[in-house]
Amino acid sequence: MNLDLTIKIGGAAGQGLDTIGSVLSKSLLKSGFYVFSTQYYLSRIRGGHNTFQIRISDAEVRAMDENVDILIALDRTSIDRHLDEMSDGVVIVDRDVVELETEHDSIFHVPMLKIAKDAGGNKIYANTVAAGAAMGLLCLSLDALNDVLTSIFRKKGQEIIDNNLKVAKAGYDYVRANYPHGCKFDVLAPEAQERKMLLSGNDGVGLGALAAGVHFLSAYPMSPSTGVLNFIAGHAGEFGVVVEQAEDEIAALNMALGASFTGARSMVTTSGGGFSLMAEALGLAGITETPVVIFLAQRPGPATGLPTMTEQGDLLFALHAAQGEFPRCILAPGTPDECFYMTAEAFNIAEKYQMPVFVMSDQYLADSMFTCKRFDTSKVIVERHLLSDQELRTKHGDYRRYKFTPGGISPRALPGQEGVLVRADSDEHDEFGFIDETQENRIRMMDKRMNKLELLAGEMKPPEIYGPHDAKLTLIGWGSTYGPLAEAVDILNRDGHSTNLVHFNYIHPLPAESIRKILAGSKKKVCVENNYTGQFAGLLRAEAGIEVSDKVLRYDGLPFTPMSIIKALREKKVI
Amino acid sequence: MVSVEDYGDYETAWCPGCGDFNILKALKHALVNLGKAPSEVLMVSGIGQAGKLPHYLNCNFFNGLHGRTLPPATAAKLANHEMTVLAVAGDGDCYGEGGNHLIHAIRRNPDITLIVHDNQIYGLTKGQASPTSERGMVSKIQRQGVFNNPLKPLALAISQDCSFVSRGYAGDVPHLTELIMKAIRHRGLSLVEVLQPCVTFNKLNTFKWYSERVYKMEEGEYPLDDRVKAFERSLEWGEKIPLGVLYMNERPVLEDNHEVLRSAPLIRHKPQTEKVNILIDGFM
Repeated sequence: MNLDLTIKIGGAAGQGLDTIGSVLSKSLLKSGFYVFSTQYYLSRIRGGHNTFQIRISDAEVRAMDENVDILIALDRTSIDRHLDEMSDGVVIVDRDVVELETEHDSIFHVPMLKIAKDAGGNKIYANTVAAGAAMGLLCLSLDALNDVLTSIFRKKGQEIIDNNLKVAKAGYDYVRANYPHGCKFDVLAPEAQERKMLLSGNDGVGLGALAAGVHFLSAYPMSPSTGVLNFIAGHAGEFGVVVEQAEDEIAALNMALGASFTGARSMVTTSGGGFSLMAEALGLAGITETPVVIFLAQRPGPATGLPTMTEQGDLLFALHAAQGEFPRCILAPGTPDECFYMTAEAFNIAEKYQMPVFVMSDQYLADSMFTCKRFDTSKVIVERHLLSDQELRTKHGDYRRYKFTPGGISPRALPGQEGVLVRADSDEHDEFGFIDETQENRIRMMDKRMNKLELLAGEMKPPEIYGPHDAKLTLIGWGSTYGPLAEAVDILNRDGHSTNLVHFNYIHPLPAESIRKILAGSKKKVCVENNYTGQFAGLLRAEAGIEVSDKVLRYDGLPFTPMSIIKALREKKVI
Repeated sequence: MVSVEDYGDYETAWCPGCGDFNILKALKHALVNLGKAPSEVLMVSGIGQAGKLPHYLNCNFFNGLHGRTLPPATAAKLANHEMTVLAVAGDGDCYGEGGNHLIHAIRRNPDITLIVHDNQIYGLTKGQASPTSERGMVSKIQRQGVFNNPLKPLALAISQDCSFVSRGYAGDVPHLTELIMKAIRHRGLSLVEVLQPCVTFNKLNTFKWYSERVYKMEEGEYPLDDRVKAFERSLEWGEKIPLGVLYMNERPVLEDNHEVLRSAPLIRHKPQTEKVNILIDGFM
């Protein structure tokens, strides 16, 4: 990439960082750049110190950079904390608002409050001035920002739109007239190409669920999963979805199972704390073979942990939650497009194999905004695997919901279908669904349920190798860390360290045989995970007998950056 | 024509003389009298002796987890509101483990009938106090007798404006049958609290104990939507225990609130994959 530039907006919660950040991100996308933006915020509505960071490039970017080029400081803390992240950048600050004793070459005063009042007649426009100022500093055309402002404020009326456009231009003009170093940042958007999407992992999951025809979503709000709940609720009417805010997560998953049993495509959204309450119902899905999609967006635990930060600490919990043994499936997308396609796929797997399917994400993937190729809805195929009335009449006179079949999958009918009764039981049951506690039946039923995993393993896609196949070093990751890992691999190869990446999205059941083949050639394997114990490395050993030589682990609540991975590899003397 | 035979005759795991037999009998008669075919009935239950009831009734059932009867029942009704959904639970199940769900199911008001077998004791775990056990009742755990106030389910339900609140008695099948029929006919969450003697573990609240105390409320004693009068009556307990419908209102029903359910039951809505492109445009 020729262009790689980071804009950071810092301020207190309630100062509107989010607005400036998302307006700027969208404007830069419209200007033709690849945009990646991410937020760091604390668990509070007002105060504290939050940041919104936007990285733009002429090539794909899916991770944060640690170096900041433009800092828009809405408060003093932003300067105190982030000035040393800048090598040769510019700090945009309104010195009428933020008091500064010290001078610094990079500090550039923009009287945002005054411009807002003069040009817009109200101080509330200061954030739009800031966005205009940033566009001015980058010497980009104002058209994209104007488009974004017009679209965002459409519902608020022409006067508000006009005021925003006026103050954006005033901020822009101020910078162009007063910034002493002209067009310091030589940013040139890549040649015009097909338009792209800018969206978060949560948006991807929401779109995927709607594309898959989700009927029913029950949830109790919990960061960082709530975005999906909000998104689907926002479109429930148009898409024929019933969204129920449950009294707790116990009710949420039990509801989803009741709806699914009756024939609705059902899902829940939650994070670790809420999922802890769902454990018993997860087992209910297991023994009653009721399909359900569980969107599990991780955050650092235990208990309340770090509510607004990120971690991959719940993998083994999702894999082992609930008493007893039963089949389940775990998918872990790494980008919003994978969130979209894999969420849609999760519904098909859940209904085909009649088991709970996890889509695992985390705060980093859930909340960060990525630039993606337009999703192709024609690739989403809805497969319900339900018996038709016709099939029931002709082939299933003596309907058995839990009929023993060679692969373990029993034909699924729904209550209310004529001529059949459908029974589900949380006790061990016979083929009809009635309690049966005999040993003979128990063995057959356990075998039937667990056999489904073998079939499913054949459908789980093995990971692809990113980078040179004969590399000296193989990095291994799963889920949300794809972006920083892929970029770290690019940097390492550029610097002469032959490295590749084997990244996993299909986590359980692991297709062990193909994984062994893929990793057979790697000379040195290092597993990189956002947790303390290296849970996936443990899983690889247990399921595929693959031992990694080292682990790079991060558990401070922050996501990996490409440079943090490289730094850790150096410290461990891997490179 | 639907007949009692359609609902089957199963071997049960209940103790001989258990009040549950009469509840099952009343339920069967109520369903038959209303002309409900087994395939249009979905029973949802949890765990406990009451939770086993669906196994002895030839219909669709979802026998889920202890305390979690109402969430799947509510969602099943939302998924296919053409089904007649009944939830059966015991006092431990509905008022203890699942108490929170009861409160919120009352708030939601789905059109389902909730039958609670209240025997004031835990049967399946063999004789511990339940949320409705009398103060002073001695059990294996409550060796000095129960300290806690018994929960008053009807008073709770009426205080939260539950759509239909009634009490029946397992010792009076014809009356209970009528009550269940009224509850199923009523649109909204209909609570049928059933006094059910536990012949094995509850030596205090026996058939004799109940029979000496219960009386049938007269029709038209007070307008059934008079919440204050109903609440007052719901507190009557001890020497005299009223049976019948205590309270009824015409609150909006959960399924009616959802616009998407007006054209067809939820499960008949087809995926609109193509339409997602409109949302995708919004991200460009």
